[in-house]
Amino acid sequence: MSENDSSQMPALDRSDARVRNDDGLSGAVRAFIDRVRAGDLGMLPVVVGLVLISVVFSALNPIFLAPNNLVNLLFDCATVGIISLGIVCVLLLGEIDLSVGSMSGFASAVVGVLWVNMGWPVAGAIAVAILAGVLVGAIYAFLFNRLGMPSFIASLSGLLAILGMQLYILGPTGSINLPYASPLVSFGQTMIMPAWLSQSLALVPGVVLILTGLSTMRRRRQANLTAQPMTNLVVKAVVLTALLEFAVYYLNQGRGVPWMFGFFVLLVVLLNYALTRTKWGRSMFAVGGNREAARRSGINVRRIYTSAFLLCSTLSAIGGVLSASRLASSSQQAGTGDINLNAIAAAVIGGTSLFGGRGSAYSALLGIIVIQAISNGLTLLNLSSSLRYMITGGVLAIAVIVDSLARRSRVSHGRA
Amino acid sequence: MTDQSRSASAPGEKILSLRNVSKRFGAVSALTDIDLDIFAGEVVALVGDNGAGKSTLIKILAGVYQPTAGTIEFNGREVALDDPGAALGIGIATVFQDLALCENLDVVANLFLGHELSPLRLDEVQMEVRAWTLLKELAARIPSVREPVASLSGGQRQTVAIARSLLLNPKIIMLDEPTAALGVAQTAEVLNLIERVRERGLGVVIISHNMEDVRAVADRIVVLRLGRNNGVFTPEASNQELVAAITGATENAVSRRQERKTAETPHPEQHP
Repeated sequence: MSENDSSQMPALDRSDARVRNDDGLSGAVRAFIDRVRAGDLGMLPVVVGLVLISVVFSALNPIFLAPNNLVNLLFDCATVGIISLGIVCVLLLGEIDLSVGSMSGFASAVVGVLWVNMGWPVAGAIAVAILAGVLVGAIYAFLFNRLGMPSFIASLSGLLAILGMQLYILGPTGSINLPYASPLVSFGQTMIMPAWLSQSLALVPGVVLILTGLSTMRRRRQANLTAQPMTNLVVKAVVLTALLEFAVYYLNQGRGVPWMFGFFVLLVVLLNYALTRTKWGRSMFAVGGNREAARRSGINVRRIYTSAFLLCSTLSAIGGVLSASRLASSSQQAGTGDINLNAIAAAVIGGTSLFGGRGSAYSALLGIIVIQAISNGLTLLNLSSSLRYMITGGVLAIAVIVDSLARRSRVSHGRA
Repeated sequence: MTDQSRSASAPGEKILSLRNVSKRFGAVSALTDIDLDIFAGEVVALVGDNGAGKSTLIKILAGVYQPTAGTIEFNGREVALDDPGAALGIGIATVFQDLALCENLDVVANLFLGHELSPLRLDEVQMEVRAWTLLKELAARIPSVREPVASLSGGQRQTVAIARSLLLNPKIIMLDEPTAALGVAQTAEVLNLIERVRERGLGVVIISHNMEDVRAVADRIVVLRLGRNNGVFTPEASNQELVAAITGATENAVSRRQERKTAETPHPEQHP
């Protein structure tokens, strides 16, 4: 099974005979099955969820899978998805921010009041809204680090306080319409990538995968470590590219890929890089996994918590601005209702653990697609929001149960 | 009872020096007026009964606790060890009894935690190579450095923890009960390792309840009792002397038990 020559010295990481080495394609499949059995579910719940949702909803209403409905779905995904990205950051540390909905609502109200009512330039209004997010994150970090206030309680009181601020600045009218012709609103409603651009962007992940894979392979060989075989890499890249190209092609049969969704994906990729390839990201996982161990390794734990709270509130403010542009209005309803739970549920369904130390930026992307697909499908069925809330609540409960059971299984299989 | 001549004649320069260090937790005095010197190229064993303050002392030197009173000098300069980062920064590395590893991260990530190579674009290949090289030097049996630490056994975790403390080229390495969880062969490996570290000119502090291990590697045995200095011995000191210093009486549970045993078995050499 090993591809080392018997004549050659064994690679540094292959000198222990007790370890089964999963090389090659069959090895990769076997390793995946082992991981799932041990409770390391990864993206599996998302894939299963999406297949189930597509089958059920398209059977009930064929419009569900129509390209233009999916384009709308992606528009909706971007706003809550960005909020969910912030939730991933705090969940990685085993903390929570329950005020992301209020924060996004407040940010959208700030944009409406400053831009439309007070005549500020739109960029200035957006900057103030995002700054408000930074400020709220700094307050949570202070409450948590210096006063030892659990983030659950701090953000619960924040939920009410920020909602109050939103209602206060909106005043008695309660709703501000944003100018329909402005770039901000068209970004949230009509701006679509040209087909050639989206088709070529869909090639990028596969190409990057091949290039980075080749360079890692070369460096590992030079360092006398085993590298993954070429076939694995090529198969991965080809499958990924085929899936993406098909998805983009299908969306282009309708209106195409929204710029706003592209912006969301860009943020996901950036956060994923930061979490997996930088010291900051490593510290995030370490603090989430074992805070005391991280502290003793010389990591500035307080700074890590601060960075996570700041990111979460800032990203929810950005999500709030985008939802204002999506709805072309700032209203008292913005950020209320199921936004909070949708953002948290998306992160959990995508595979970020509520218990800290496990997760990825991609969980926000995949999770929000599941959540929005459910919400979109239920809307297409003309169900009232009462039923939608009940069903979404049930889905969140199931996601958390899956997370807890998987965690128990991981503990007993030594995967933490 | 105290043997200060040994410390005065010890080879190498004085790295660390504690004077009148005290630590109180509320009404409890965990440490009172502790003096301790550590020289380059020697192994100091810290012994004492449970609650004697050994772990508290180690935690003060590691920057986990701050002393209530007293001074700490490192290379002749007074230092404040405000947090673990400060202690690591000046060259005091610690292997804690509870190991302090992140179970969700793999071995490489744990080894380099807080000191990753190229922080903005982690150099995983280089880190993995250095991890394997270091583990080879320690003759460690780790199946894979890419498995989460949660899947390792107790002894393997101990090895990872010791390897991690050596990664930063410290001046002093402190080991809290390094052999408590280890098998016979691994204990010997760790003791060899401690000697190798001493030959490199590092100061080594070990806490152990195992007198055999202590005698095997220590150049100096410092006894703590109820949070106070209670004598400094050489490894040649007799067991009775050590036990008396640890328990604080020549007449104690250990000596009574030994007397009883000798009384019960008049010919101990014929014992199976």
